[in-house]
Amino acid sequence: MSNKDLNIKIDELSSTLGTFKGLQIQIGKLIDEEWEEPMGPTPFPSVGTLRDWDRKLLKRYKPYYMPICDLCCLCTFGKCDLTGDKKGACGLTQAAQQSRIVLISCCIGASTHCAHARHMLGHLIEEYGRDTPLDVALNTNVEAPHIRLVCGYKPKTIGDLEEALDYVETQIVQLVATAHTGQEGDAIDFESKAFHAGMLDHVAMEVADISQISAVGMPKGSTEAGMTTMGFGSIDQSKAVIMCIGHNVLPSVDIIDYLMEHDLFDKVEIGGLCCTAHDNSRYDNRAKIMGPISWQIRYVRSGIPDIVVIDEQCIRTDILEEAAKIGAPVIATSEKSMMGLPDRTHDDADEIVADLVSGRQKGVLIIEPKKVGEVVVKTVLAVSPKRTEYKNPSIPSLMEGIDRCRGCSECIAACPNTLPIMEAVNAARNGDLSLFEGLQLLCVGCGRCESACPENLPLLSYMYAASAESCKGECYNVRVGSGAITDVEIREVGRGIVFGEIPGVIALVGCANYPKGGSEVAVIAEEFLKRRFIVLATGCSAMDLATTIDDEGQNLYDRYPAVFDAGGLLNIGSCVSNSHITGAAIKIANIFAKRPLRGNYEEIADYIYNRVGAIGISWGAMSQKASSIASGCWRLGIPVIVGPHGSKYRRNLLGAKDKEEDWITIDARTGQDMYVGPVPEHLFYAAETVEEAIVLTAKLSMRPNDTTKGRAVKLSHYIDLHKKYYGGLPDDLELLVRREADLPFTMKEELLEHLKAKGWVEDKIGMPDPTLLNRLVRRRE
Amino acid sequence: MSAKMKRGQTGMMGGPLQANVFPNVDVAANLIKRAKRPLLIVGSKATEKKTNDGDIIDSVIRVMKNKKLTVVATGHLISEFRKRGVEEANSMSLIVLGKYLSDSDWKGFDGEGQYDIAVFVGYPYYMEWLVESGLKNFTKLRTISLDRTYQPNAQWSLGWMPEPDWREALETIISVLEEEA
Repeated sequence: MSNKDLNIKIDELSSTLGTFKGLQIQIGKLIDEEWEEPMGPTPFPSVGTLRDWDRKLLKRYKPYYMPICDLCCLCTFGKCDLTGDKKGACGLTQAAQQSRIVLISCCIGASTHCAHARHMLGHLIEEYGRDTPLDVALNTNVEAPHIRLVCGYKPKTIGDLEEALDYVETQIVQLVATAHTGQEGDAIDFESKAFHAGMLDHVAMEVADISQISAVGMPKGSTEAGMTTMGFGSIDQSKAVIMCIGHNVLPSVDIIDYLMEHDLFDKVEIGGLCCTAHDNSRYDNRAKIMGPISWQIRYVRSGIPDIVVIDEQCIRTDILEEAAKIGAPVIATSEKSMMGLPDRTHDDADEIVADLVSGRQKGVLIIEPKKVGEVVVKTVLAVSPKRTEYKNPSIPSLMEGIDRCRGCSECIAACPNTLPIMEAVNAARNGDLSLFEGLQLLCVGCGRCESACPENLPLLSYMYAASAESCKGECYNVRVGSGAITDVEIREVGRGIVFGEIPGVIALVGCANYPKGGSEVAVIAEEFLKRRFIVLATGCSAMDLATTIDDEGQNLYDRYPAVFDAGGLLNIGSCVSNSHITGAAIKIANIFAKRPLRGNYEEIADYIYNRVGAIGISWGAMSQKASSIASGCWRLGIPVIVGPHGSKYRRNLLGAKDKEEDWITIDARTGQDMYVGPVPEHLFYAAETVEEAIVLTAKLSMRPNDTTKGRAVKLSHYIDLHKKYYGGLPDDLELLVRREADLPFTMKEELLEHLKAKGWVEDKIGMPDPTLLNRLVRRRE
Repeated sequence: MSAKMKRGQTGMMGGPLQANVFPNVDVAANLIKRAKRPLLIVGSKATEKKTNDGDIIDSVIRVMKNKKLTVVATGHLISEFRKRGVEEANSMSLIVLGKYLSDSDWKGFDGEGQYDIAVFVGYPYYMEWLVESGLKNFTKLRTISLDRTYQPNAQWSLGWMPEPDWREALETIISVLEEEA
């Protein structure tokens, strides 16, 4: 594949037709002749290309808006009050404004991954060469399902990935432009554009992850991913400690390389926080996972890190201030987050080290990764012995100032979860730290309580003080991110998933803005692992589910096999590894069902939507990236559930199960319309409680294509979970049971009686070869 | 902003159209009492908030004697009603309920049509805030918040009050509605 257009310039050409001067012939992309699959209908789709598909979904799953702001302040006409049926000065309605903000959020998310990918790819091409082969997963031919599907070409080298990124960047610019004042005005068209941003995001994530897997040698599947450890207790504090925060592994790679080249792993510990931690351990599993994003302040306040290295995304923007409190220098390594630090990229490494060790500079910016590696390691070795006063801070020092509490309760009002912080302060003043210890398990670590406190009390330090002793023992096994699902794995489970015999694939994705602590992620995961769903995890969720241990001291990674199969639990990796989860769904359609992939987005999405029981759960979704990741799932027909804080994304995509006309699907065998029941019922849903999310997850695993055996398995889980958490039978079984054979055998009598009372009729709900696309009808009757 | 207007979470500001604070709790009770088809919506925090009856669920069970009032539990809260031997409460997700309340053609839980007033109690602050924002912006439905802190997106809110005062306020409202049974 060439990324060069064919461009011929001829100054003068004489021919039988005449003489041409200044002739220029330009041909677009050169088509890769080695990929025999014919080009599908939508390679490199533009903003409006997939609009019809989006509208099919959005007709069924109508946006339900809950404005988090009634105003628009994006232009100088504003602020405009859009409450109710008012319009802004530009004519925009409240609904359109909400969807516009959803689009902007998705564009920010997609841009972030795209910028990450561009930085990653540019560096890897420079370091390893454009011709570095793409080697993504063991025994795998479909190396880049998103690029093949969306862009319609088959990349072979990391250089080939530039074409995909060029496309994504171009499209994001188009999308952001539509949000300008006086452009798009229709809420549904904004939603379609948000779907487009999500689709682009998954292409960008794929570029970022497959390039780093191929070039720096990360695991190529579950069989190559070992274990690492996570938590305060996993860090050997007798060594100098490097803490890397963010999402971009490049600076960390050079730190690890420097440690290896100089044989310093016995003197230096490297740990990471947030997705960089995953990718560090994918590169070398001696790198430790310090914890999820929510542990950022408490880890710094513990005094353990001797140096803090930041790359990009999810970094606390006051990290310089926090690190200064513990005497740890900060090294910024990305132009995206320079934090006001002096640029020392071109200075002598030893001079930089001297300035940091002496404290003349509290932090520096170094853009060049190799120099980062050298400076960080030299600095940490010199700084660590000088920092003994900061390590293991005493409880009294951490509790400083607590008697100044005025009892104003501003801390509680600032807390996203309205935690009873002031009660904990009052108890602590009387020597009882147990309330603070309990709060730490629920705290999302945002620090808003401290910011709101009129006395500037270090409330998060109090929380850490209350749990410092137990924290020291925290050491959990975490499986290293395995990356892409291999083609072999897809072949082995494709049938079970498509026919419903493997009840579903649950992807626990994303951030740590939980309503009741990270342990709820483990509750969700275990509920479905026991029921032999396939459970995948990425990012902070993959970390948080490790922190719940059973009576024998084992967590879910210890107890469940690392396989992409029923009852298996895989850590896929970092944020950008999310592309492999949707990629697996795409590969099921392509490899198992042999649906053409090349530039054939609608058909593949239609297949996934109607057949693959995949559900995304982002229980602590926080960021704009989370919104664009979710949006990429929606366009592929994969439902996403978020926790209650996800309601702040301001709109849900909800089906109306009581409206039969909304659930008419085409039977591809005959072309006839057929009622298939409300499956899956919703596309984007904010759940109020984890119990609600669990029951809904089981329900959303149903698809029109389920065999009777598959539907019976799915119904048995839905009914059982409903009884467990709601205390009775679901009230919508008559909409989900198609025929008697769908009923779980052990519940048959009970359910038949229930269904008869509801007026259920067998075969009212059809079992077609389901599609939403007329062009896929094979024969019309 | 007066003390009564203190919000449950600092950052959750209301827009140009904000809730009225009941001048006294009798007004709240009478507003609900006078409604033709009131809907009492009970959230997942109901078991965490203590009332004179025990918790919010116990108080709601008491008021369910008033058959004019339809009760719906959101999240998985219906299990708590069932554990306490009450089967008459309805169950629906909060988000889905918000959507149905925005649909003028919705027939309600009893098939008799849309409700004329929605009363919220027992919620995570921000989630109630958002659902009431949806209702404020896209419906004409009257909404009331009976939670302890000011909810700016409801049409009427109890406002902020100390916990003992809130318990008494809730007791007054429950008693008035119970009397009507």
